[in-house]
Amino acid sequence: MRQQIPLLITFIVGTLLIVSVFIPPFGDLETTFNIWFDIIAVFAFFLGGGNLLRVHINKLRKRKRDWGFSIVTIVGFLVMLIAGLFKIGNPGDIASAVDAPGSLFYDIFNSVQYPLSATMYSLLAFFVASASYRAFRAKNREATLLLIAAFIILLGRTPFGVMLTYWVPDSTSLLQIPNLAIWIMNSPNLAGQRAIMIGIGLGVISMSLRLILGIERSYLGGDK
Amino acid sequence: MRRTTYIVVAGVVLLFGLSWVLHAVSMSGEADGIERAFMITMAAFLTLAIYSFLYKDNPFYKFAEHLYVGVSAAYWMCQAFWSTIVGNLFPRLSEGLSNYFQQPYQASGWNITYWIPVILGIMLLMRLTEKYGWMSRWPLAMIVGTTAGLNFVRYLRSDFVVQVSSTFMPLLGEDPHRWQGFGAFISNLDLSATGQLAAIVSNWVIFFGVICGIIYFYFSKEHSGAFGRASRLGIWILMITFGASFGYTVMGRISLLVGRITFLFRDWLEIIS
Amino acid sequence: MAYLGVIISMLVIFGGLAWLLFRSIKGREVERRVIFVFIFVAVAAPILFPITFEEHASPVVKGLFDHIDTLPPGSRVLISFDYDPAMAPEVQPMANAISFHCLDRGHKVVFMSLWATGQTLLFNTLEDVIRPEFPDLIDGVDFISTGYKAGNEGVLNVIVSDFKKMFPTDVNGVPLDSAVIFDEINSCADFDLIVALGGGRPGPKEWVLFVGDPADVPIGVGVAAVVAPQLYPYYPRQIIGMLGGVKGAAEYESELAHRHERFKNMAQPGLKMMGPQTLAHIVIICFIVIGNVAFFRSRRREGR
Repeated sequence: MRQQIPLLITFIVGTLLIVSVFIPPFGDLETTFNIWFDIIAVFAFFLGGGNLLRVHINKLRKRKRDWGFSIVTIVGFLVMLIAGLFKIGNPGDIASAVDAPGSLFYDIFNSVQYPLSATMYSLLAFFVASASYRAFRAKNREATLLLIAAFIILLGRTPFGVMLTYWVPDSTSLLQIPNLAIWIMNSPNLAGQRAIMIGIGLGVISMSLRLILGIERSYLGGDK
Repeated sequence: MRRTTYIVVAGVVLLFGLSWVLHAVSMSGEADGIERAFMITMAAFLTLAIYSFLYKDNPFYKFAEHLYVGVSAAYWMCQAFWSTIVGNLFPRLSEGLSNYFQQPYQASGWNITYWIPVILGIMLLMRLTEKYGWMSRWPLAMIVGTTAGLNFVRYLRSDFVVQVSSTFMPLLGEDPHRWQGFGAFISNLDLSATGQLAAIVSNWVIFFGVICGIIYFYFSKEHSGAFGRASRLGIWILMITFGASFGYTVMGRISLLVGRITFLFRDWLEIIS
Repeated sequence: MAYLGVIISMLVIFGGLAWLLFRSIKGREVERRVIFVFIFVAVAAPILFPITFEEHASPVVKGLFDHIDTLPPGSRVLISFDYDPAMAPEVQPMANAISFHCLDRGHKVVFMSLWATGQTLLFNTLEDVIRPEFPDLIDGVDFISTGYKAGNEGVLNVIVSDFKKMFPTDVNGVPLDSAVIFDEINSCADFDLIVALGGGRPGPKEWVLFVGDPADVPIGVGVAAVVAPQLYPYYPRQIIGMLGGVKGAAEYESELAHRHERFKNMAQPGLKMMGPQTLAHIVIICFIVIGNVAFFRSRRREGR
């Protein structure tokens, strides 16, 4: 029962959504299903928030390693939650956007979340540079091809590439680094990405079918 | 060790406290100067706290990392609540709730069906309990079914059918370089980026590149003989693809670094305009 | 003064690289933090002493630019902000330039977002570009922001057939039925162009799959560099043009400055970022070369 009903739900919803593409009267049903899906997605956010709180409260209670930082997570979470749910400092009324400029929510986003998110990802610039020095070796023919393509793109996407080969005449302009970079993107890169895309596409299609037909059940977990 | 930590923390607090005061003084003419000065100082502190990881893992980095997790989880929750629960669900559930949140009520005989996602949503939250965790399978099944149903048709059309049909290109050129005969081809032969030769080579690379790339991913047949050679060509095409991706990745990551250093120099230190 | 700064920075960077080469050839280890310092200096120096370059739009960027430029004034354009702060340094300059371009051409622009963070970043574009540059334009008549909705592809699959069913109000709770701009818009099929800005999921790819192809609407995209190569198979049949990374933004800004006098005096962050970008690329290429020189030397030594 605990397995059968979810499998039935997946089958009915999946089949209806496929059928609705081909039979227009099912279109309204498709729209309704999608709005349901969007609403459930919000509960998934609540689940994520609840789970985060649970994990960190547990860590705090059991005094696990670095438990002190769990306080930071919980306080940050609660402050942002209160600022958002109660629209503190919001210049508009209850209908106005939660992140209207001037609100505490907007300010916390710009002074805390924005710098943290952007900086976290910018760390990768340093690691990419370090990897370029330590690991990017032309060990064989394949690696050399990768390296040459990377070189041309790195140069071709900057004005330095233009400076290096500006003297190449128009009749052989394909050999100018920026044009070569454009050619790589539009031809071999396109071909490689398309091969990958077709492979992934086929994978998604077959996985969707397996899910709808109940062959793939791993998302349901165990039998309990 | 403990004493050193205290000294470092005190030093950092003092430094950023001073930064706040200096910014507040320079913004004293503005209405919310003190608040804005605090925001800039806070953003600078958090930026540098993350960068401190480059030296080694440390409490400042951990502080910033934990704060990020907490703040962003609450951010997404609030946005989802106000935009979708208040904006799309309440106007279909109750006129009273719609009026309270100042949303236009959407009267319809089918509104009763919108209790279904609410019930499914609550069942999803049951995952937080051990006893009723199994209930979350129903909404999960709904999510999986919807995603599978949506993806099946869309991927089939856009990522398979259209991609395959786009691969069949005229191998002797197309507009504006339509094939005019071998003589015309030879007389106009050059290595111009917009010339006929470049266009023809491109089409050949795309057509055979895609086929060979797919052959490389086909593991049900041994990669030997002509099949093996095609597979080898496929690897080369994929290597160029990965090289291009690497180049673009470097570009993207450097841009983020430029963004953060610009912030530090312009908004915090005010040494550039 | 600026030139002196540039010269000193170059001396420091390339002197350092020579030291790195020497050390690597000798087979001595170089601390990873030294590499970090190099990359910091390579990016910071051109920010302190700005070097600007001229850019020319490549065909893939021109595709989108020309489409916006040739649409008749009053055309309906949807711009979706599907990104977060981690993509903002690359995508926000595109968002600002494209929004400016559309409004300057007299198009009616609808803003929305599939990412919660996109809604807040959209406010930044509204505050930094749209309100100061177009004070006469009226919210709800010339442009409107419908904000964010949760649900990823689920949102797209609704708006492709009925926009107001998913977005009954704008971001401030004003019913779309009362907004003049929505008089002739019922679904995504009623837009003359959709511009998807982003780089994650949902993002430009989902716009192609769930809206562009089924509704047959032209899609233009502005994406973070990391995902740009993956979208080339869609060009030019499924997307009309693409801005990839900060280079794409710089090319678009340059084209805009050439053809729209007003934009010349505005901030052009994409173009400004190309200086540090260029130097950092050169340094990374040098790292790869030095690393390989050291590798081949050590291999030859081991061979002996």
